[in-house]
Amino acid sequence: MANLEPSKQRRGLVAIDGAMALIVILLIVQIWLLSATLETYLAGHTGAVLPAAIFSGLIFSGCLALDFFVTRVDQESRRS
Amino acid sequence: MSLFRSPSKEPLWKDEFSVFTSDERYVTRRQFTRFLTLASLGMFVGNLWILAKSRFAKTPAFPMVEVAEINEIPVRGVKLFTYPTPQDHCIMIRTAEEEYVAYSQKCTHLSCAVYYSAQNDRLECPCHRGFFSVKDGSVLQGPPPRPLPQIALERDGKKLIAIAVKGT
Repeated sequence: MANLEPSKQRRGLVAIDGAMALIVILLIVQIWLLSATLETYLAGHTGAVLPAAIFSGLIFSGCLALDFFVTRVDQESRRS
Repeated sequence: MSLFRSPSKEPLWKDEFSVFTSDERYVTRRQFTRFLTLASLGMFVGNLWILAKSRFAKTPAFPMVEVAEINEIPVRGVKLFTYPTPQDHCIMIRTAEEEYVAYSQKCTHLSCAVYYSAQNDRLECPCHRGFFSVKDGSVLQGPPPRPLPQIALERDGKKLIAIAVKGT
């Protein structure tokens, strides 16, 4: 059945799976970042709060970009 | 009658019921990716919330409370008191002739009451063997994630007055 699938669709599926795996990794990093920031904030150290928020925003931007990528690849592979 | 039915093996009531639970439960890759992205947004909002809290947090006003008299406790002796509210238990230690330190008695791990071990010269939490330094309340060993909040003391004649809580 897999051999009958067009190669473009198969490549699209691999790209989507890869993007999803990357989002999962980014999310794990972001969860760790949030817990570490909260821990340092509660310990009275506020120096790391701003860089952590910026970095978290960058990670979110990355996730958003990957989400758009997944949507685009999905639409393209469905069209073909 | 069978001529008008669909060829599926599902019972008639399932065939005619318009909600297909298996289809409803099916999550596409796009939906899952959207969910992960929303979770990422939640983490980002959490970081922004901490940032806002650290920027706009007001410094709490602590009362000035007399907690002990000078020479009331011997060197390496302790006195328990409450500060800033009657629910906040604290421990004061006379570490040298003219040196007093005070900390919150609540362990930063799971809130057990810490006590002073004169033998080891450290504050110890009996619940999970968490040890704190008498000098600055920092964690020496064990699961506590943060130092003990320190009570700032001021000397006024023969009285020791608690003026603030540091590191809360």
